[in-house]
Amino acid sequence: MTAPTVSVPAPAPLPAEHKSKLGWAVSDALTIAQRNLIGLFRVPTTLVFSTIQPVIFVLMFRYVFGGAISTPGVRYVDFLMAGIFVQTVTFGSVNTGVGLAEDLSKGLIERFRSLAMARSAVLAGRTLADTLRNLMVIILMMLVGFGVGFRVHTNVFGLLGAIGVMLLFGFSMSWVMANIGLRTGSAEGAQAAAFPMMAVLVFASNSFVPTATMPGPLRAYANHQPVSAAVDAVRALTIGGPTTGKLIATLAWSLGILAVFAPLAVRRYRRTA
Amino acid sequence: MSEPAILVEGLVKRFGDVVAVDGISFEVPPATILGLLGPNGAGKTTTVRVLTTILRPDSGRAVVLGHDVAAEPDAVRNIIGLAGQFAAVDGNLTGRENLRMIGRLTHQPKPVVAERAGLLLERFGLADAADRTVRTYSGGMRRRLDLAAALVHRPPVLFLDEPTTGLDPRGRNDLWAVISELVSDGTTVLLTTQYLEEAERLADDVVVIDGGQMIAHGTPRELKSKVGATILEVRLPDPADARRAAGVLSPIGPAEVASDGVTVAVTVPDAGRAVLDAVRALDGAGLVPEWITVREPTLDDVFLQLTGHPAETPVDAEDDASGSEAAAGSGRSRKRGAA
Repeated sequence: MTAPTVSVPAPAPLPAEHKSKLGWAVSDALTIAQRNLIGLFRVPTTLVFSTIQPVIFVLMFRYVFGGAISTPGVRYVDFLMAGIFVQTVTFGSVNTGVGLAEDLSKGLIERFRSLAMARSAVLAGRTLADTLRNLMVIILMMLVGFGVGFRVHTNVFGLLGAIGVMLLFGFSMSWVMANIGLRTGSAEGAQAAAFPMMAVLVFASNSFVPTATMPGPLRAYANHQPVSAAVDAVRALTIGGPTTGKLIATLAWSLGILAVFAPLAVRRYRRTA
Repeated sequence: MSEPAILVEGLVKRFGDVVAVDGISFEVPPATILGLLGPNGAGKTTTVRVLTTILRPDSGRAVVLGHDVAAEPDAVRNIIGLAGQFAAVDGNLTGRENLRMIGRLTHQPKPVVAERAGLLLERFGLADAADRTVRTYSGGMRRRLDLAAALVHRPPVLFLDEPTTGLDPRGRNDLWAVISELVSDGTTVLLTTQYLEEAERLADDVVVIDGGQMIAHGTPRELKSKVGATILEVRLPDPADARRAAGVLSPIGPAEVASDGVTVAVTVPDAGRAVLDAVRALDGAGLVPEWITVREPTLDDVFLQLTGHPAETPVDAEDDASGSEAAAGSGRSRKRGAA
């Protein structure tokens, strides 16, 4: 074989471009986000399916159950759409976990971990791409909503604020799901693990019905959980009424969730082999 | 001799109570290939993961071109390339997009990345498929792309974890040629394999590990001479005959009855001579074999010889993520030639 009698100079690694540590963290995250978005557009079925389900919910609640649900002082369709938006971004966050689990099972994460890239980039890039995906789905859902009679009663700033609340909440939930994806390590596992949590968060909330008719303990939970807080804020921003307290509540939830689950996910990522 | 490109000293890696790598030491001189040979669960993948900074060692140390993997992981990452057991490429991206992504993540300037990607796609025979999504690639193409991805930043040290597992013979030969070429350009390679043939074909040095421990270290020639050049196998109709046959064949070379109870394996230095001797000895004893076969020693034989047990160790010695190694076991090549 290649006897090391003649000394062959080892090829020098190509010199890296110079950038600050933070600069590279941002650049690496954008590279990963770009990769995930390319995948999203090449396989549009994922995007289609993540809108079909909320569309069915809109039609079902608007026309089947809606008539039987009383929301004093508010048109049900306006009440409903805030819930639909938050439901959509919450379910959308499952994609973060599923995508990471897939990368893990295909060995991509292992490759990324052998590169001198920022340790935060895979997670930041993925959650960023999923936030952009959420934005697209929200816009689609908004068009569906306008089609079935949804109206914004505040102003354009209220609407933009509401979109901001949804995106921030979806982003924070993406980090929760990132933990689940990295721990389960398979797309099916991540999906299965996420579902019960999603159900408890989305259905035991004020998303589709007022909580007033719920039994005491359930009502107490439904009034004070993060999905309801986000829905409350979105309603206030699109329908009107007192807003500040609701906005503070959902921001506190979203930032609190991020503060806990983002470091946990990064730590998990560093350790995952 | 110059300083080793890879230095491993008393490396230990545990997963809970399981010691996956148990005090392994070896050196790899620059521009050579070290073959890390062992069965599933021997600790090969874990060793590679420690050397590529994916896992931290529990004790001992590993140094790549003067950089300690635990103390300076980023310095190590800049000078290594890794191609794992999976073709770790993104199926939704094209071949070119995959290489550009890895190039950017290794922090090369964009023009350099574009140039390297084009060059590597050409070199690996993927130029025509460069702008197709990887989803449409064959297994061999994905493997080649995976190796290309490991080379985007031109790393002087390359880690290949079972690079040819699952490839057809042609794909395997192609990959072997590429690896040899890289080494003649000065790259140092550590490759893990389950195939003695592969280690023999490529490696300057071979480290055999089992249960996380190093059980042999030497050139492929030294290793094979321990096992004997050839294995002569004789199948008898029943176990009693097999035991008698082992007796009459033992003057030719070390003879053992295999686990099926009816096959006798004799390790011999010279196949032609041994077949003649075996036929005479069996005939003289009135034994009529069902068949006689001569084959090259396999990893199983090396293991049987070195450890006294066959290479079929369950995969429990490594963490769950390396369970995929199990899939590779069935493809072990056996050269058979009727005598």
